[in-house]
Amino acid sequence: MSRIPCVIVGSGNIGTDLMFKLSRSPILDLVAVVGIDPGSEGLRMAREAGLEATHEGPGWVIDNADEVDIVFEATTARVHRENAPRYAEAGLRAVDLTPAKLGPNVVPPVNLVDHLDAPNVNMITCGGQATVPIVAAVRSVAEVPYAEIVSTVASKSAGPGTRQNIDEFTKTTARALEEVGGAGLGKAIMVLNPAEPPIIMRNTVFCALGEGYDEATVSKAIHDMVDQVQEYVPGYRLKSDPVFDPGPFNTPGGPTPTRVIALLEVEGAADYFPPYAGNLDIMTAAATRVGEAIAQRLLEERR
Amino acid sequence: MTAFRLTDSTLRDGSHALAHQFTEDQVRAVVKGLDEAGVPVIEVSHGDGLGGSSFNYGFSHTDEKRLLRAAVDEARHARIAILMLPGIGIKEDLVEAHEIGAQVARIATHCTEADISEQHIRLAKDLGMETVGFLMMAHMVTPEKLLEQGRLMESYGADAVYVVDSAGAMTIDDARARVAALKTGLECQVGLHAHNNLSLAVANSMAALEEGADQLDGCTTGLGAGAGNCPTEILVAAFDRSGVDTGIDPLRVMAVAEEVVRPLKPTQGVIDRDGLILGYSGVYGSFLLHAKRAAERFGVDSADILLELGRRKVVGGQEDMIIDVAIELEKQAAEAMAREP
Repeated sequence: MSRIPCVIVGSGNIGTDLMFKLSRSPILDLVAVVGIDPGSEGLRMAREAGLEATHEGPGWVIDNADEVDIVFEATTARVHRENAPRYAEAGLRAVDLTPAKLGPNVVPPVNLVDHLDAPNVNMITCGGQATVPIVAAVRSVAEVPYAEIVSTVASKSAGPGTRQNIDEFTKTTARALEEVGGAGLGKAIMVLNPAEPPIIMRNTVFCALGEGYDEATVSKAIHDMVDQVQEYVPGYRLKSDPVFDPGPFNTPGGPTPTRVIALLEVEGAADYFPPYAGNLDIMTAAATRVGEAIAQRLLEERR
Repeated sequence: MTAFRLTDSTLRDGSHALAHQFTEDQVRAVVKGLDEAGVPVIEVSHGDGLGGSSFNYGFSHTDEKRLLRAAVDEARHARIAILMLPGIGIKEDLVEAHEIGAQVARIATHCTEADISEQHIRLAKDLGMETVGFLMMAHMVTPEKLLEQGRLMESYGADAVYVVDSAGAMTIDDARARVAALKTGLECQVGLHAHNNLSLAVANSMAALEEGADQLDGCTTGLGAGAGNCPTEILVAAFDRSGVDTGIDPLRVMAVAEEVVRPLKPTQGVIDRDGLILGYSGVYGSFLLHAKRAAERFGVDSADILLELGRRKVVGGQEDMIIDVAIELEKQAAEAMAREP
């Protein structure tokens, strides 16, 4: 089977973990890892893995645009805003793991099929990747006037970017609960826990339920969605059956009689990150999934 | 010149004890009374800070911005403070609170995560607010580690850094050592926020003053998370008897406590087993009512929930783990039943 050539721009932690995942893809052909620091650990590992590893930055991508179809951006929002127009001009598709928010927000089992032709797609946040699928699942069988999520990650797995701009996480995730998840209103909370050994990423999803839902149907929708996410994040699991709590609850989306709670744990695949850092793993796993779907589409078009 | 500055948090930390059901009339009555008694700073927010109204922490009866507006309107001399926890509240909340008239911003993080407060502390300073860094669950780290985190907050511009005993777990020596470490290593002011789970809130606050604390916190009747806070009226009375100038009228603040706040929760001040266990096992005080509710919902013992939370080293904000633990205990109990002959 032919494969679609892609590159990773950004040789930090996220780029390096992504390198392991893309290298395993049956449909993506990772041709290079692009950084800016010749001494970086990520480039060294890429070289060791037998990949082209360059520190010439995004200029290298543009120079080699004929050999590449998809760019995975694992730099920063500022850098991606600079790079994105150049990628677009060169006819490259971008999967953006930064918070630049240039393209549509994508959560694979929810709306990936809607954005396979978008020149640029955004991976939202780790909390968004972990929780939006559940909100969308509930929304597919019930009214969800308000959804709220709590993401708790190990302190060690929260990098300086997240720490210096924690509002970015809460606001972006809340918006994705509404725009992608389909909740009337969304709220996101992030907690960092410094416990040793580090805790596995935890997410709690609360959905306010409007009148007229069926418990068994809602529960099944959640379980089915977890199965779908597990296809690309094997360590994504429910800690227990969804809990239905009688209210009434005076939510910002209006008073509701009941809420459903899904308690989730995300254990990473431990490619480059330790297994507790499910928050980082789910981003790279979801980005891989997105890249593969775009690649599939490109192959079909070219057939 | 008073010996220290007191911030009364009845209308913020006290909100936990009332499941965030404060009304505008109650807020006005408390602010009026405390203001007339000479309390210099009064904190008003959802118990978990701006933006705390949620499934996870409990929805506010009345929007906190409305309560804040009422407090600002009612205060004649007192300055109104707000609390915010980065990760729960956002910068827009802070800007809005400032526009309403809040003059003091207290930015709270877990005691090892000070670096998530940088943007919020800088913003509060840019807005011209007096800014306090609030290091919660401070019993969990050594005085040296706490100082390192306090230095971060000071470097962002904090005018004061607080040792926050969120679990009411500190002994007198614990409180002394942490306040002393911050006083020695920081140039900004230092405060202590005490809880009463081990019945040491007043003693710890008095010890903190001896170590040079510039600011102390209280709540009238102790109304607050867990077993309650340092009771403002008792702290003021005890300092008065010790010849320490608080600038607050003891009899007037006692009247506010008895006539305005006591009727809101007559049992406040009783340290029951759950309240004591929070302090004994170092669990975040706000978990108390949530644990009692989860215990009832899942038919398990609230004390067992709290002990397990202590073992898991959960931190402030992880109220969702209470449900997780309750479900697990329920499962364990069912399995044990099944094994019985």
